[in-house]
Amino acid sequence: MNTPNHRLAGLLTALLLASALAACAPAPQPASPSGPSLSGPSAEGAERLSGTVTVFAAASLKATFTKLASEFEAQNPGTKVTLSFAGSSDLATQIGQGAPADVFASADAKNMAKLSDAELIDGTAANFATNTLEIAVPPSNPASIASFADLARPGIKVVLCASQVPCGAAAESVEEAAGVTLSPVSEESSVTDVLGKVTSGEADAGLVYVTDVKAAGGRVRGIPIPEAATAVNTYPIASVGSSRNKELAAAFIAMVTGPDGRKTFSDAGFGAP
Amino acid sequence: MQATVDARGFDVGLDLAPGETVAIMGPNGAGKSTLLSVIAGLLRPDSGKAEIDGKVLFNLDGGASVWTAPHHRGTALLAQEPLLFPHLSALENVAFGPRSSGTAKKTARESARKWLAAVDAGELEARRPAELSGGQAQRVAVARALAANPEVLLLDEPMAALDIHAAPLLRRLLKKVLAGRRAIIITHDVLDALMLADRVIVLEGGRITEEGPTRQVLQRPRSRFAAGLSGLNLIPGTLTAAGIRTAEGLEVAGHQDEEAAPGGAGRPGVAAFPPSAVSVFLSDAHGSPRNSFRVTVTDLEQHGDQIRVRAGGMSADVTPAASADLGLVPGMNVYFVIKAAAVAVYPA
Amino acid sequence: MEQPRAGGYHGIPRWIYALAAAGALFVLLPLAAMAARVNWPQFIPLVTSESSLTALGLSLRTSAASTALCIVFGVPLALVLARSRFRGQQLLRAFVLLPLVLPPVVGGIALLYTFGRQGLLGRSLEAAGIQIAFSTTAVVLAQTFVALPFLVVSLEGALRTAGGRFEAVAATLGAGPTTVLRRVTVPLVLPGLASGAVLSFARSLGEFGATLTFAGSLQGVTRTLPLEIYLQRETDADAAVALSLVLVAVAVTVVGLTYRRQGQTDRGSAAPAGERLDGTQ
Repeated sequence: MNTPNHRLAGLLTALLLASALAACAPAPQPASPSGPSLSGPSAEGAERLSGTVTVFAAASLKATFTKLASEFEAQNPGTKVTLSFAGSSDLATQIGQGAPADVFASADAKNMAKLSDAELIDGTAANFATNTLEIAVPPSNPASIASFADLARPGIKVVLCASQVPCGAAAESVEEAAGVTLSPVSEESSVTDVLGKVTSGEADAGLVYVTDVKAAGGRVRGIPIPEAATAVNTYPIASVGSSRNKELAAAFIAMVTGPDGRKTFSDAGFGAP
Repeated sequence: MQATVDARGFDVGLDLAPGETVAIMGPNGAGKSTLLSVIAGLLRPDSGKAEIDGKVLFNLDGGASVWTAPHHRGTALLAQEPLLFPHLSALENVAFGPRSSGTAKKTARESARKWLAAVDAGELEARRPAELSGGQAQRVAVARALAANPEVLLLDEPMAALDIHAAPLLRRLLKKVLAGRRAIIITHDVLDALMLADRVIVLEGGRITEEGPTRQVLQRPRSRFAAGLSGLNLIPGTLTAAGIRTAEGLEVAGHQDEEAAPGGAGRPGVAAFPPSAVSVFLSDAHGSPRNSFRVTVTDLEQHGDQIRVRAGGMSADVTPAASADLGLVPGMNVYFVIKAAAVAVYPA
Repeated sequence: MEQPRAGGYHGIPRWIYALAAAGALFVLLPLAAMAARVNWPQFIPLVTSESSLTALGLSLRTSAASTALCIVFGVPLALVLARSRFRGQQLLRAFVLLPLVLPPVVGGIALLYTFGRQGLLGRSLEAAGIQIAFSTTAVVLAQTFVALPFLVVSLEGALRTAGGRFEAVAATLGAGPTTVLRRVTVPLVLPGLASGAVLSFARSLGEFGATLTFAGSLQGVTRTLPLEIYLQRETDADAAVALSLVLVAVAVTVVGLTYRRQGQTDRGSAAPAGERLDGTQ
């Protein structure tokens, strides 16, 4: 009796479901087979690479890895690098839950250790860069911060990372090394949030990585901390055990740890491992 | 009071003597509720002026802009629905008015008890509105309106939402409390007008079309609406020596009422007669002073134990047997015949 | 085919039930999945740790304060939107409701540029010795910003449903506008006000983005339960899951209790309509 209405309802439901599924499904993978193709050696003498490599990288690597990925794609026509940036612990959790990553680049050894303890990565991780903390102050430096000890002056609004995240753990060891105890007005869960509080002028100073200061351009001023040498943060990279494109993953890791990578990281302010 | 509301085509002037109750009657959309809203201060007219005993309710004439807020007017409103505050007991509802005017809680309650008793609802004082029947709630609402000690009581069809058992009780109650009180009551019911009002005003299309003492308006209706109320056929026209002549040139013979002011021929007048005075014939009947009109039957309906025949804007009552004999059906041409003696003719 | 029930005919096609069940599952399943991951032997120590209790206490206190602010400013807003007519009213409503659809982080940024040290009002406030950034006040402001629309929407709906007729009657009985508001309007819409307040409270309790952006995160001062969960997740997934469950439990309890009570009062206030029907029999 209500056939047209029923049909319309059914159609709508089907459409809704279809669009929902399409939205939920992972990005379609290229049809080309994974692994090396059999079309012969490349110009450089190595096997010619193809396919897609999915790289999970710490948020602080966004600029450098984006640059390296496009260089990689240029050097290896037919390959595609898919990048996913987030906090290292988020990424480690996602990989632990079976996220389809081929390469994991962490901002600290701890989160890499989580995965290697769970035997989720191949072999041992390679360290490819280091990072140290620096004081970031607004360009005008309203509180006239000159040294790490200045941060402990009463009335100074200093923002740190919480000790649960790598930059916070590093800040703690700097405090220890300097023999200075800070009373932060806020303990953020990411270094980006610390930087944001400084660039917006809410905080007088914050402890962030050298690379963050560099990336922020003129929006903050960096003040080096000699004591930070005790808390060098090391970035490890490894290929994920469940990767279906291990050759490509290895090639990408080789690039990151090789001369191209070295130059890119050093330009961005990272130290050598 | 005089007011116009342009958007609703409303233009009404009205005077109320102290202690007088006026019934407002008229078809739906005639502006009856608009009138009460304007007096109560719930609707701002475009122009006009109103005062009660020297207190200006509003004056929007000639650039003046005086506007008294509703709560300073002393014009309690009783609507079709009781609109008792659902979160207050009957007693607190009635005490609401006195307390709002600053009376102490205890005194306000005493006064509320008195008014509840006056509407025979003393035993309901502790009840919530949800626990009252429609009739009980409306009685409490009457008590609440009166307890506010209004200078004018405005009643908007207070009986319309009540069932046929509750209405007579409330009508008797209103007759008691409205005696000697200045009030305006909107009603569709002739009985309300007869029992409760000293004067009737007929409102049609936002304008007053007829007004006068209740009895006179019902017995000598000049508007078609008022005639409909009293169940009379009404034919407007110009007065002649023998009766009236309609605009179409139809002559209606009738007898001029001695009591009514003797109207000279040529003035506007109306002829009124009850449907029971109309006889229905299939052919033109000839006889002494009679009116005979050829009409086409539009409707037949049961009316009491008679059949009411509607034709040519008039009504005739015939017995079911006569209707069957005549074989009356809509569309049929018949003759309505009325004795001149049964037709009242008077100036409009 | 339809089972006759006490409630009478409801006219819901059966396939609707399937979709409704799917919808309910969509909400319930993730909650169940989370509950399944709780480390029960460690649950009590995890949720009663000092940082957890501090965060929970801070969340409850700030949510209560922001709910109070929502009532103070939301009730007048709802009244103005529901009862008066003025130019730009639609626009005002749209802007008041904006935080409902705005990403909270955007709210946080907006608040930063208003109350922050370099902000529109922040500079004058700082000159007056009032510092809002990194204070509990900032948390309350962030929560109020995102929760206010919930109160306004609920209350405006209740006001429109109640209509203005009771107020009109009250005015003709001699009650001034403030008396009408106090003795008629507010009692009439109390259920709507209550549900609006509860929604605001629940929204405040769950507020995260604006707080993180605007207020910072410091134990006992600005680190509310959602921020604590976010942080714990970095190192201690068990603690994060346990605290999430606590937050769900608090929210369910508050919302559940109030809606149950409201359902009862709704039935009570529905009676006048029934009475009217009786009257016209």
